[in-house]
Amino acid sequence: MGKLVTASRFPDPDAAYRALVEARRGSSVEAAAELDTRLVLILANHIGDMDVLAEAIELAKGAG
Amino acid sequence: MSPTNERKIVFGYGYRRAADQDTPAPVRRPVVVVGAGPVGLAAAIDLGQRGIPVVLIDDADRIGEGSRGICWSKRTLEICDRLGIGEKLVAQGVTWKLGKVFLGDDLVFSFDLLPEDGHKMPAFINLQQYYLEKALVDRVGQVDAIDLRWKNKLAGVEQHNDHVQLTIETPDGPYKMDVDWLIAADGARSTARDLLGLTFSGVTFEDKFLIADIKMAADLPTERRFWFDPSFHAGQSALMHRQPDNVWRIDLQLGPDADIAEEQKPERVTARLKKMLGEREFSLEWISIYRFNCRRLERFVHGRVVFVGDAAHQVSPFGARGANSGIQDAENLAWKLAAVIKGEAGLSLIDTYERERIQAADENIAHSTRSTDFIAPHTPAERQLRNAVLALAPKAEFARRMINSGRLSVATVHDTPLSTPDESVFAGSARLGAPAPDAPVRGRDGRESHLLENIAGEFTLLYVKDGAAPQAPEGIRLICIGEDLVDTTGAIAQRFDATPGAAYLLRPDQHLCARWRAYDHAKVKAARERALGA
Repeated sequence: MGKLVTASRFPDPDAAYRALVEARRGSSVEAAAELDTRLVLILANHIGDMDVLAEAIELAKGAG
Repeated sequence: MSPTNERKIVFGYGYRRAADQDTPAPVRRPVVVVGAGPVGLAAAIDLGQRGIPVVLIDDADRIGEGSRGICWSKRTLEICDRLGIGEKLVAQGVTWKLGKVFLGDDLVFSFDLLPEDGHKMPAFINLQQYYLEKALVDRVGQVDAIDLRWKNKLAGVEQHNDHVQLTIETPDGPYKMDVDWLIAADGARSTARDLLGLTFSGVTFEDKFLIADIKMAADLPTERRFWFDPSFHAGQSALMHRQPDNVWRIDLQLGPDADIAEEQKPERVTARLKKMLGEREFSLEWISIYRFNCRRLERFVHGRVVFVGDAAHQVSPFGARGANSGIQDAENLAWKLAAVIKGEAGLSLIDTYERERIQAADENIAHSTRSTDFIAPHTPAERQLRNAVLALAPKAEFARRMINSGRLSVATVHDTPLSTPDESVFAGSARLGAPAPDAPVRGRDGRESHLLENIAGEFTLLYVKDGAAPQAPEGIRLICIGEDLVDTTGAIAQRFDATPGAAYLLRPDQHLCARWRAYDHAKVKAARERALGA
């Protein structure tokens, strides 16, 4: 691995999880997947780094 | 909540007719506590030790229907130490600090509570609730100010301007008592709450959980083990935790659709446990099926009726925040109520009980809700997110940090008007509004002890020696660090950021409420008055 940071960066990881779970509260799996896809695009653009994006894709695929 | 049986009487007590039942007019009492569980017993002892006469009533005549609460936190143990039973509990309990989380059958994450050195009490012990209650009841017997009445059931509460009239049912029929204050410590299904027509706001989780205490001679390590989706209980979570006497707490998630009547049949439970425990021999001690609530009353103080513990707020058990926070409620209320009854403080001090302990309840409910959200996701979409965290956990530290099998109870840092804001900057772990950190000390007589056990329930000023010690204002006991108590390891210097001449005012519940770099008589006096709600 190169540039992707997998160490925890949120001072309160529970609060971050809570925000993500509340965003999908009451959603169907399909609606949540659409939300996640939009989130991926937004966060990928925010990161703005092809190398990091490639590493993140690899990590996500490998964890499935 | 629907606890279900395997009822075991561990300790039985008898009904005795009280003189109050034979008086023509209701007798007036300063305080009645309803509910002789851990919280009510702690409240009664704390008040009794402060010289306040207390009548403690309970509708049962026994304790010990199952282990129920088993994890007791450091702050609870410190309180119990002040109440006279701390050392006994630690000697009887199982001290633990290691927790392991498994994904499937693989270890994915472990934590060490890493207790700081030099504290008298450990981070946690496990001990069956009936042993804690037994120790508290034994202690009640040593405190003359407490009158404990079994088989006295609260049946009526009538609020008046300056008192409450109670109707109490006994095997000899009903009687009435007029009380200045009623402390409602009668649990999740509080009768006092129903009689006042109060309801909760919060969340009920649909998932059902099987809680089983089993007896098993196993040489498994003393650690908290939590599984997500183990092969022995596919698709659900499981928890295993040791108690004394070879008793083990097993907690199995059953999902929202579980049939309660079916699931509590011993043969069904035994079959589930055999999948988990393999060929090990075990016997069932207690079974219960629960659904969890995370909720509280909007207000804890209703006129002369004050709610504490589960009667006021409820959380899921992941995090050991139920009984521990209840005992901390009791401690917070006891010194305040004693000060009001003795005329040292006005009624507004009772409102600060509500303010401080609602803050604590909200903190506990937030943690408990987060844990329960993670353990028992509400919908397939939430489960998808949870499973993504678990899938990433072996490879990414950030995901391991999001795994939530319960965040364990620590004392609340109360954000409270009773604290005097700092004038100077202090480093160290001591916080305004939180219990003072403990530290090893040596007394004038050469005896080694710990700081907190020297602070026994009154306003105390810790003054760090810098020449002659001052004369503290009335109502404050002064302990000179460096003279009365020696900071043998430097822990006080470090934890309080203590410099020569510095002074720290502790409330009767050992919470830090003011501190200064130099002693100032007028400021210390004002800080005490402020902490009494002035």
